[in-house]
Amino acid sequence: MGYVINRLFQGLMVIAVMAVLVFIGVYAIGNPVDMLISPEADQAEITATIARMGLDKPLWEQFLAFLNGALHGDLGTSFIYNEPAVRLILDRFPATLELALAAVLMAVVVGIPLGVIAGLKPNGIAGRSIMTISILGFSLPTFWVGMMLMMIFAVNLGWLPSTGRGQTGSLFGIEWSFLTGDGLAHLLLPAVNLALFKTSLVIRLARAGTREVISQDYIKFARAKGLSEPRVILVHLMKNMMIPVVTVLGLEFGSVVAFAVVTETVFAWPGIGKLLISSIVHLDRPVIVAYLMLTVMLFVTINFIVDLIYAALDPRVRRKESA
Amino acid sequence: MRKQLIGTTALMLGLLASAGAANAADLRIGLSAEPSALDPHYHNLVPNNAMFTHVFDALIEQDENQRLSPGLAASWKAIDDTTWEFKLRPGVKFHDGSAFTAKDVVFSLCRVPKVPNSPSAFTIYTKGIEDLEVKDDLTILFKTKTPYPLLPTDLSTIGIVSAATGKFTGPLVFKKAGCEGVESYPSTEDFNSGKAMNGTGPFKFKEFVKGDRIVLTKNPDYWGTKAPWDTVTFKPILADGPRVAALLAGDVDFIENPPSQDLPRLRQDKNVRIVDGLSNRVIYIAVDSGPAPSPGIKGTDKNPLADPKVRKALSLAIDRKAIDQRIMNTQAEPAGQIISTGLFGNNPDLKPDAFDAKKAKELLTEAGYPNGFEITIGSPNDRYMNDEKVAQAVAQYWTRIGVKTSVDATTASVFFSNRGKKVYSAFLAGWGAGTGEASSPLKSLVACRKPDIGYGTTNYTNYCNPKVDAALTEALATIDDAKREKLLQQSLAAVAEDTGIIPIHFEKTPWAMKKTLTYTPRVDQQTMAMEIKPAK
Repeated sequence: MGYVINRLFQGLMVIAVMAVLVFIGVYAIGNPVDMLISPEADQAEITATIARMGLDKPLWEQFLAFLNGALHGDLGTSFIYNEPAVRLILDRFPATLELALAAVLMAVVVGIPLGVIAGLKPNGIAGRSIMTISILGFSLPTFWVGMMLMMIFAVNLGWLPSTGRGQTGSLFGIEWSFLTGDGLAHLLLPAVNLALFKTSLVIRLARAGTREVISQDYIKFARAKGLSEPRVILVHLMKNMMIPVVTVLGLEFGSVVAFAVVTETVFAWPGIGKLLISSIVHLDRPVIVAYLMLTVMLFVTINFIVDLIYAALDPRVRRKESA
Repeated sequence: MRKQLIGTTALMLGLLASAGAANAADLRIGLSAEPSALDPHYHNLVPNNAMFTHVFDALIEQDENQRLSPGLAASWKAIDDTTWEFKLRPGVKFHDGSAFTAKDVVFSLCRVPKVPNSPSAFTIYTKGIEDLEVKDDLTILFKTKTPYPLLPTDLSTIGIVSAATGKFTGPLVFKKAGCEGVESYPSTEDFNSGKAMNGTGPFKFKEFVKGDRIVLTKNPDYWGTKAPWDTVTFKPILADGPRVAALLAGDVDFIENPPSQDLPRLRQDKNVRIVDGLSNRVIYIAVDSGPAPSPGIKGTDKNPLADPKVRKALSLAIDRKAIDQRIMNTQAEPAGQIISTGLFGNNPDLKPDAFDAKKAKELLTEAGYPNGFEITIGSPNDRYMNDEKVAQAVAQYWTRIGVKTSVDATTASVFFSNRGKKVYSAFLAGWGAGTGEASSPLKSLVACRKPDIGYGTTNYTNYCNPKVDAALTEALATIDDAKREKLLQQSLAAVAEDTGIIPIHFEKTPWAMKKTLTYTPRVDQQTMAMEIKPAK
């Protein structure tokens, strides 16, 4: 119990420190009024706008107002859309979540078999080619790959739509693209683009796991027992090499959701990443701050859960902390 | 044949429903910026104004050259120096079928100052109205405090909404301090959700999915020329490359602002049509003309830019034609003044300074700077077409005549705030004449800085020439169009005389579309679906 409270307290501290850093960082850049107001406005209009946004107050006063709001679940109102920043972000969250899930699913479905093959035959042609491709996946810039995918599959071949979300279907009162054929077609390219990096990561993890597990005694024993090779690989090997893959993917999921910015911008996918970019361009401070705060909370929560699970699995972690 | 086959197969797979050939009367447009709201009175910004004009009409319309033409007002005239009579168009119906009357006009003008949290309010266009008198359902008298020739121009920016969207406690009476008889106005949210999207314009509202699309349908009962499209879908595709790709892939039929580096290639594509036209935006370099030493200048203790000869030398040193050819891919017209060719007030006698490095050097020597000096040009790098590259080119030209120039280019938000703090001795920026006539740039860019009367609001370089201000002030109080235009031209000539500002070029705005479409370019850079026509 002491361990849980300790972890919780640490998480809250991280959020508090981030709130200060994010707020000051974002408020140090430019002047939103310059970006928003018509250049033809006269001084009276400009002064009135500054006052309406509360930008005439000193920084500490603005920060206290923000903190007060944040404690009541209100992270400010967008300068541009005149809507609560949190609602703006949550409205667009399903689009990003859908994209991130599709990407992670692809990474697992494609990455694990390829990783296992590369692990079983590390010196074969297949193994070497897979590893070369995974290096490309790591090192090619996302926006370039996105543009290339679009040029090939949308412009030259005309197989898939280039941008946007397409038709959506309704589930739990939320609009999802994967429920319609048109939506799925729109989802495919951005998901592949976003999945590329994660697939490479999964391939590497699966390969390393496979190589480690394959030399274990229980694999040798299973083979000696006369089990078929598919059964050895699918049951004995897969089960054991999946542990690190699942752990890393869980942690990485947060970053896929939070940083789908480039893919969303390239494919005009109406998620939170696209919202973030346009908010940065227009200096819509409340939205930027709210986005960063929600991201911090997402990561802190994921880490907290992971810590709890580790503690439940491994008694040594608990004992060390309370000692 | 092959295309057809692919199309059919894809449709069968249910994959490609939207990328198949579009219905003849459906139009899909890729926007380069997304409107922040559909509320016509919320945010005075080009993307918003262009969007609301599809659904809401103003009393007066601006044609493609921003000259005024009748809209919901069939005619208007000044009865005396401070009174205007507007005759409204009879028989106009809102989308819900109700009749348009003077009450809707009063209601709309009353709402403008009452829009909560407007990031850029339209009150700058309504504050000239001192009082309103509704003579009958189709006649309104507008009173101004002083002679105010820009009243019709100002009214052309205000979308007329239906009074039926408000709640009333009594008869509606216009008061400058706040109208009487209104309990509540529709909120911005009511417009975004479509509840209050009841206009008289050529299109009706259908759907708004933020970040993804805006869908409008044809208004079959429109009073003017009916649009050739049954349905128009606007998709914001903010990144340049993907917007072009969407056009090439056939996902949209029409895009605004194709990037200038793609234009040469697009012009060769036989399936694509590019149209371009002069915009109302001038790109200029403002230089610190004040007597005090300037922060960005080295190599002298005085401010050399205070001398008109030096400013003229800097202007002569720039090869505007080469900038247009090499950097702008011919998407610019060299400028000799701050209001575009063809707009009200443009002075045809003011030609762009021809490139003459020798004369520039002589002028510098005459002014007492034979060895030049050092200067830094501030510039945004993501605001105007090729802004940083143009600033770099200017720096090269200036360095060539001995004025050692470097460029400090940053993102627009940082640039604007630096500029406001007067960090730059010289900066490159642009000005779009929102009103489409010369008083807009004159008042903001070169008039002596008097923020309380709206003079020199963007004049961050201490330029102050009484001759410019005198002609401008008189123009702003002259109702007669011909006389006013003369005065504006005089004011522009006075700026050119002592090179108060260094104009570089007027930007041309390109639009790209399928070969089967055509568009008449607009100087205000707006994309209007009703003006996109099937090509003959």
